[in-house]
Amino acid sequence: MTLVLLILVPLIGGFAAWIAGRRSADLSRWLSLAATLVELLLALTLWARHFGADAGSGGPWLEVVQRPWIPELGISFILAVDGLSLLMIVLTGFIGVMAVLVSWREIESRVGIYFACLLWVLAGITGVFMALDLFCFYFFWEVMLIPMTFLIGVWGHERRIYAAVKFFIFTLVGGLLMLVSILALTFTHAAETGVFTFAYGELLGTPVASPAAFWIMLGFFVAFAVKLPAVPIHNWLPDAHTEAPTAGSLILAALLLKTGAYGLIRFVVPLFPEASAAMVPWALWLGVLGIIYGGVLAFAQTDLKRLVAYTSVSHMGFVLIGVYSWNELALQGTVMQMICHGISTGSLFLIVGMLYERIHTRDVTRMGGLWTQVPRLGGVAMVFAMASLGLPGTGNFVGEFLIIFGVFPVNIAVTVAALLGIVAATIYSLRIIQTTFHGPVVISVKIDDMNRRELVIMAPMIIVIVWLGLWPSTVIATFEPAMEALFHLVPALTGGGLP
Amino acid sequence: MSGAELTALLPVIALAGASVVLMATVSIRRSDRWSQVITLAGLAVSFAALFVARGVAPCDVGSLLRIDLPSLFFIGLIIAATAAVKLLAHDYFRRRGCTTEEFSLLLLFAAVGSCVLAASTHFVSLFLGLEVLSVSLYAMVAYLRDDDSGLEAGVKYLVLAAVSSAFLLFGMALVYAETGSMELAAVAAQASPLILAGAALMMVGVGFKLALVPFHMWTADVYQGAPAPVTAFVATVSKAAMAALLLRLLAEIGAPPPQLVWLMALLAAASILVGNLLALQQDNLKRLLAYSSIAHLGYLMIAVVAGGARGAEAVAFYLAAYLPTTLAAFGVVTVLSSPEGDFDRLAGYNGLGRRRPVLAGLLTVALLSLAGIPLTAGFIGKFLVVRSGVGVEQWTLVLILVLGSVISIFYYLRVIIAMYMRPASEDAPDLPAVPFAATFALAATLAVILWLGIWPSTLLAILQ
Repeated sequence: MTLVLLILVPLIGGFAAWIAGRRSADLSRWLSLAATLVELLLALTLWARHFGADAGSGGPWLEVVQRPWIPELGISFILAVDGLSLLMIVLTGFIGVMAVLVSWREIESRVGIYFACLLWVLAGITGVFMALDLFCFYFFWEVMLIPMTFLIGVWGHERRIYAAVKFFIFTLVGGLLMLVSILALTFTHAAETGVFTFAYGELLGTPVASPAAFWIMLGFFVAFAVKLPAVPIHNWLPDAHTEAPTAGSLILAALLLKTGAYGLIRFVVPLFPEASAAMVPWALWLGVLGIIYGGVLAFAQTDLKRLVAYTSVSHMGFVLIGVYSWNELALQGTVMQMICHGISTGSLFLIVGMLYERIHTRDVTRMGGLWTQVPRLGGVAMVFAMASLGLPGTGNFVGEFLIIFGVFPVNIAVTVAALLGIVAATIYSLRIIQTTFHGPVVISVKIDDMNRRELVIMAPMIIVIVWLGLWPSTVIATFEPAMEALFHLVPALTGGGLP
Repeated sequence: MSGAELTALLPVIALAGASVVLMATVSIRRSDRWSQVITLAGLAVSFAALFVARGVAPCDVGSLLRIDLPSLFFIGLIIAATAAVKLLAHDYFRRRGCTTEEFSLLLLFAAVGSCVLAASTHFVSLFLGLEVLSVSLYAMVAYLRDDDSGLEAGVKYLVLAAVSSAFLLFGMALVYAETGSMELAAVAAQASPLILAGAALMMVGVGFKLALVPFHMWTADVYQGAPAPVTAFVATVSKAAMAALLLRLLAEIGAPPPQLVWLMALLAAASILVGNLLALQQDNLKRLLAYSSIAHLGYLMIAVVAGGARGAEAVAFYLAAYLPTTLAAFGVVTVLSSPEGDFDRLAGYNGLGRRRPVLAGLLTVALLSLAGIPLTAGFIGKFLVVRSGVGVEQWTLVLILVLGSVISIFYYLRVIIAMYMRPASEDAPDLPAVPFAATFALAATLAVILWLGIWPSTLLAILQ
């Protein structure tokens, strides 16, 4: 029941916020905050209930909800969580609260519908992390797309419409290819067993003939690689991140990109072990390409938001190589990296948003020496710049380190190349601090330091990122049973081909 | 004629009866209200008669018509869509300052023609149904006599429809010459070149009515020139009837010859690509929807090409989803139209999200349904079409569908962006209030779109 509530709360909260927004913007804000807080609370109680408990005999699934939906087509409504889903849902709840808080004063027009869109995106994302019927999954996958497009297109910055359309198109192409693949898979399954079903549990282990398997897998891979994003289909991301309102960038970076990584771990590899093995060298080098390309381009940006956006490309490259290394260390690192990237990059977007509210520019050449005026903001930015470059003590260090360790036995060349990315990360992270907060003072107007609301937002972010850095075992222990189940399905991916 | 045959024909008889009663009433005393009541009552009785007719289905009425479950389903669709058009059109024509009685009459005629077309198993009933439908449509398209573009559209439609009828007749003649039979099943007799040529010529006639590329030339002009509710009728009822006929034809043939399948696949691919690409450049919502409808019929043809039970199910569902969606889109255009002309310039929709949030919301849902986004009927329809295509491994067609859908997103989003993300111009004219009847029709279409999108299994159970 909790699982259904996790979707219903933001869904209904969205309608409530919308209706309330016609009367009073403040009421709409408080309602949305309440909805996201309830969502977070639900997620945390779910976590608490299953924390440390051994997965029972029913496999890694902690809770399952199953109802027939369209029995004529073999479609059921299946929601289930294992450790991986659970972590992602907790992250969604947490980021949801932050997203509402950060929009409190930033959004002044059409507040009701804004919060409705925001909550509906969260509902869609929660659904994606729980759906265990491929039709259902596709359903939620597309549902989260519409409100997100509106968030970017209506409340975004100057080139918002361009960015919104680009985001929509890229995701839709991937989604449709995935739909064709899903159908091809169900038909293959039906040809084997005579049963039409979209249920993940039953489709697992469907033997697909060799050349077909690769193409079907590719449909899924493209959908997830667009979201991840992997170079060269990343190019919606800098625009979408840059033009979105702060909460939009936060949700994009912290949650939406994770749906891509989640899809790779949950669907691509377990459903197509052999085709994925053939994909290993390509995926690894695409990951490396992303790491280096993202890092280099981040360094070259003058728009602060765009800069942070490219760091996402770089960080998510690590996730890609982590997934395709497919061993214990790498997967632990991947999940850590997913969560920590959400927190740290999300926070960097928040900081950029706060700066933008104060000085109305995102151009780093027009910043400088801000530390004297906003020392608190500078300090917080410092923490997350350090997290972004993977400083020990932050969760990002744990994530990247584990991934590097995991990749090493798989491919040394990739490991070395990926390490170059960490050097790039150091350069761009330090550049953020140097050009913005240090150096000669450029602006002359008086600006305020962080207020109480902003401190309330940033404090938990800092606490979480440090906590993840010092006690990553909380997260890893939650993920452990789910990971064992994954290894049970696919013991290893052994790829040949490229060095 | 036996009792069972009459019972089976009850829905069509009710419609024809209603038109006679209406004609008699109008000749005695003209009354706007009474004509509406009679029309709607006739449609309601006819719809109710469907359930009576279901008791005796399947039933052959002579050798001309066959009332079976598929044809009853399509007749139901036709009646429901006609009722929606009537509800939308009534106030529209009054606002444009012309009488509505004749329109109701023409509408009922056209509905009768469509029902006959959907149920026909014989060349004679096919042609009669088609001509009753077409002749009514000529008058409906040119119904606003003072409107030049409407008249132009009417003449264009007349000329091109006549040409396509000639193709259809010639095709029938070839089949008849070879087999000596005028039943649809005759096409299946043997695969002689003459029959094949006949079938191909008949496809031209069908393709014209469905507006498949390359027989689509009339579409944009007629859609734009015709009054908005008539456009809605052309886009929904006449296409549903023709699609039903096509399904019947293919069912009679059984396994169609490969040349015919090739021809249909080619028509499908061309319609999807050309329709979507041309829609990109339109600045007029009615034209844009015209080209998008070309593409949609192309998607539909994929399911026709796939054939079999799965294909038929996909076609039926797709139409059940496409009709309310299209009616909703043209319905919004209809209720926003002023006495001077239709509200079809895309620029007019700027800022509609603020000026008329409910109508803008409805149009958004309709466009998303056309685009095939989940939660809407259009998504399930497209899903079934892809499913039927994948089922017979028509990979090229399926990929063309994907490509077409992606292109279509550009222009659907353009309208949505105009409504929500662009400000209204300063001198934008005041928008009319929405009358009760139209509100009811629009609410019904919205309910159907969402209901089919979320719980499609009710309809799927019926179809299976």
